[in-house]
Amino acid sequence: MKILLNNREEYLKGESVSVMEMLDMKKFTFRMRIIKINGVLIPKAMYDSAVIHEGDDVQMLYLMSGG
Amino acid sequence: MKFPEIKRHLSQFIVGIAGAGGLGSNCAIALARTGIGSLVLCDYDVVDMSNLNRQYYFTGQVGMAKTEALRNNIAQVNPEVIVVTYNIILDRSNIPEIFSGCDVIVEAFDNKEMKEMLVETIQEKLQGIPLVVGSGLAGWGRSEAMRYRKIDETLYLCGDETTEVSDELPPLAPRVAMVAAMQANTVVEILMNRIP
Repeated sequence: MKILLNNREEYLKGESVSVMEMLDMKKFTFRMRIIKINGVLIPKAMYDSAVIHEGDDVQMLYLMSGG
Repeated sequence: MKFPEIKRHLSQFIVGIAGAGGLGSNCAIALARTGIGSLVLCDYDVVDMSNLNRQYYFTGQVGMAKTEALRNNIAQVNPEVIVVTYNIILDRSNIPEIFSGCDVIVEAFDNKEMKEMLVETIQEKLQGIPLVVGSGLAGWGRSEAMRYRKIDETLYLCGDETTEVSDELPPLAPRVAMVAAMQANTVVEILMNRIP
């Protein structure tokens, strides 16, 4: 399926994947991040249950310590 | 638009700043100089000598609550700004109440777990209030890595999103002030496009 990830087209296996599966597929597992699907923030506690579908607009940003 | 008009427009808005360390203190001073009407400042910490390498405080303020010290410094640059301070630790339960009246909120924490908590809480409980996050400012150089990203109407990011502070990559005044200034610039941009 095709999704938008940070405004770029990305192809993922399957018709729908959980946020956790997407992070594993893309090997995005080690940093702290904020994820929004179609404008809705997905809390970290929901990464296993929140599902990404074909055509979804996924936004991801990284949180680094320092301020 | 001339500066007096800009200032008059910005004087109608309230900006919340979560954290009064390197990002928060520098961002607050830039916003005060630009003419933001009210600032809501939150931090539980006191000024330490080790903060002076990047935070907008002075040697005579060591030991003072950061919120009070920052209130005094803001009064020195623009006494017209209304400053509200909360000398507390922000958490999921008090954030909605403290920031509910703000037009924009600036995330200015040090620690990434706190940044995550703030973003999750504000996006869930204060939907519609734009949040400007600072992320990635450690070390020196690499000015070209600094960027601004608008995720959507309620979430903006300033920083390199890559560098994390550590003993070998400390936060230093130039890059901290760059991100703080980018956050302040983002706040001004959001508010200049808004009709009160």
